[in-house]
Amino acid sequence: MTIMTVDDSASIRAAVSFTLEGAGYQTLEAADGEDALRKLTSGVRLVLTDLNMPRLDGIELVKRIRAHPGYRGLPIVLLTTESQEGKKQAARAAGATGWIVKPFRPEQLLAVVRKVLG
Amino acid sequence: MRDHHANAYREEAAELIAGLETSLLELERSPADMDLVGTVFRALHTIKGSGAMFGFDAVAAFTHEIESAFDLVREGKLGVTRELINATLAARDYIKALLEGGGQTGRGEEILRNLRDLVGNGAAAPGVPETPVDAPVETPLPEGVPVTYRVRFTPSAGCLLNGANPLLLLRELAGLGECTVTARREKLPALGEMDPELCYLGWDLVLTTGRGMDAIRDVFIFVEGDAEVQVQVADSGLDSQVKRLGDILVDRGDVSAQQVEAALDRRPRTGELLVQAKLVGREHVESALAEQEHVREVRERQERADIMSSIRVPAGKLDSLVNIVGELVTVRARLTQLAATSGDPEMVFVAEEVERLTEKLRDNTMNIRMLPIGATFSRFRRLVRDLSRELGKEVELDMEGGDTELDKTVIERLSDPLVHLIRNSLDHGIEPPDVRESRGKLRQGRIRLSAVHSGTSVVIRIADDGAGLNAAAIRARAVERGLASPDASLTEEQIFAFILEPGFSTAGQITGVSGRGVGMDVVKRSIEALRGSLQIASAGGQGTTITLRLPLTLAIIDGLLVRVGDAAFVLPLSNILECIELGPRDLRRAQGRNIVWVRNQMVGCVPLRDAFGIGGDAPPLQHAVIAETSHGKYGFVVDVVVGDHQTVIKPLSGLYRRVQAISGATILGDGAVALIVDVDKLAAIALHEEAAHCARRQPA
Repeated sequence: MTIMTVDDSASIRAAVSFTLEGAGYQTLEAADGEDALRKLTSGVRLVLTDLNMPRLDGIELVKRIRAHPGYRGLPIVLLTTESQEGKKQAARAAGATGWIVKPFRPEQLLAVVRKVLG
Repeated sequence: MRDHHANAYREEAAELIAGLETSLLELERSPADMDLVGTVFRALHTIKGSGAMFGFDAVAAFTHEIESAFDLVREGKLGVTRELINATLAARDYIKALLEGGGQTGRGEEILRNLRDLVGNGAAAPGVPETPVDAPVETPLPEGVPVTYRVRFTPSAGCLLNGANPLLLLRELAGLGECTVTARREKLPALGEMDPELCYLGWDLVLTTGRGMDAIRDVFIFVEGDAEVQVQVADSGLDSQVKRLGDILVDRGDVSAQQVEAALDRRPRTGELLVQAKLVGREHVESALAEQEHVREVRERQERADIMSSIRVPAGKLDSLVNIVGELVTVRARLTQLAATSGDPEMVFVAEEVERLTEKLRDNTMNIRMLPIGATFSRFRRLVRDLSRELGKEVELDMEGGDTELDKTVIERLSDPLVHLIRNSLDHGIEPPDVRESRGKLRQGRIRLSAVHSGTSVVIRIADDGAGLNAAAIRARAVERGLASPDASLTEEQIFAFILEPGFSTAGQITGVSGRGVGMDVVKRSIEALRGSLQIASAGGQGTTITLRLPLTLAIIDGLLVRVGDAAFVLPLSNILECIELGPRDLRRAQGRNIVWVRNQMVGCVPLRDAFGIGGDAPPLQHAVIAETSHGKYGFVVDVVVGDHQTVIKPLSGLYRRVQAISGATILGDGAVALIVDVDKLAAIALHEEAAHCARRQPA
């Protein structure tokens, strides 16, 4: 099962992938929304995305993914910070499935992933 | 996540900070460039967000305020001025200093004060970013009293399009406790009109859980606003009666109380009646019936469980019961003997029946005293956690076989030795994380605690993957202390056994071993007092395993009754391999050692007649009882082997405390006393005498 992590911070991507791989998931990384759309395949079962990113930000990414008929039900979880409450609402309206508040601990990340993927 | 990636973060942040300087200088030249503002904001945002992730709290807290200021700039509420650029550049330098391990708090405060003045009081939220509160965590909540809840979950039609999966939510709810689910299908259209991407179903759940309402609400955290969720208490177990169907429907708001009463005036069955009256749909009634059934079942089960549940008995009562059973076992032996000599078949029959019942009674009584060792094991989690933190080590404790049962007394007396062994493993076995890494091991060490039944004993292992014992160093130390001769050929096991000698460990210079033996002699003594044994195995660099073998119970053992002259002895049956006859020439003496040949194998021998100074001549035909001791196979020479004997162990009085090789006494059927032989001790004494003999023969 492949999970895509979209974040412009390489260290966050590495940390998230490290945790996910430790739990037996396969991972894919993208540095921003455009990169994510380029790399997205039907093998990806979950997208974890940051909100603030250069080129294409998190909300726009959610909208674009939802607009694509093949990915309408794909779970998308936001990696947000506590100061982005308003953004969270906007992202939910755009069709995000859930969120994780940064900073998070590995077990919190895995709890959310399991909640969304079952 | 923190340790592994902290360095990666530091590098990334250094790059961002370098970029930040360039962006800020460009921004000074073209203050209206919103792309540049975005770049600055993102850099700050990443430094803050990732910093908090990897434990750079000071960096995160400081950067948070700068980020807030640029958020205002982004929203057009704050203009880009030379002062703002100056303040931000100063902040950037301060962040850099913080990352490099410097940075004085005073300076940081000053920069922030400056910035707040620019932004206008209160515009930039001061203070540390709050800790997240709404991230669901899988920490097992304490189980409270189970309460039955009624959950009505109606997802919005479009919920599937947001990647939500109601099925997973239902499964998560079911994981909280006992759950009955009824689907509400009333909105389901005809197949032709159905849009496969929409959700038409709703669910009524009846859930009995001790985790509380918040746990249920947490399940729905991601669909809030996207689904209608009602959670109510359906049955807290306080009402004496299970609710009637009509009441449930009223509680749920499906029908009003008046409507139910009015309908009830015309009797058939409530549900049928309400449906016929079209007050509620059939689905609602079915769902309510399911709840009623659920609550009834849960209650019935609890009532049954209450009746069957355990009774607490003071341990003293149990002890006296065991004593009485012990006496009974003794009397039973006498009865059997009397019956046999009387030759009365009726009497023999009764004696056999009493024997059977006594054994059952004994087994059952012993069973009552058995407790799982898990409770003792789980106490060690905290010990390992605290101690590893104190020592700066990373250690994980694995436990296995916690349900293995042992006699209560054994468990109680086992706790201290186990604490000692685990401390040793942590302190002296497992290496510090950096050392482990340099040796190609995982940073995190592992201690494995396991218990397993093996025949009439329980085997407990404490295994670590630490540095292991240094056999050469221990041997050298043993020679130095005169415990072994320099040229003795010793097995590894024999060498490791030296750390069990009193005071052996004071050898500070033996790296990786020193301290291993602190009090190991005490551990050994406690284990032996439980009639158990202790073995050490270790592979250099790969870890150490301590194996404890303990009897299931202390009070009664199966033994072999033997006689030497007039004296009777009992040897523990669990050690005995076989009995062989000895002719006058079979017993030999060589090199200060008694030996017999058993199927072409030489076995050391201890004649009990000599060992216990019993007078009289040995009969021409003797017997050797071959037993497995902790010092290898040994034969114990006796006059007569009488046979199996179930033995109630009576401790010897304090007067005899110093008598070696006798672990207790027992009363025989005829009232005579037999001593219980400690075969391990006896073998050890023989080994010692043999060594002394060799030493005399070979002067240095």
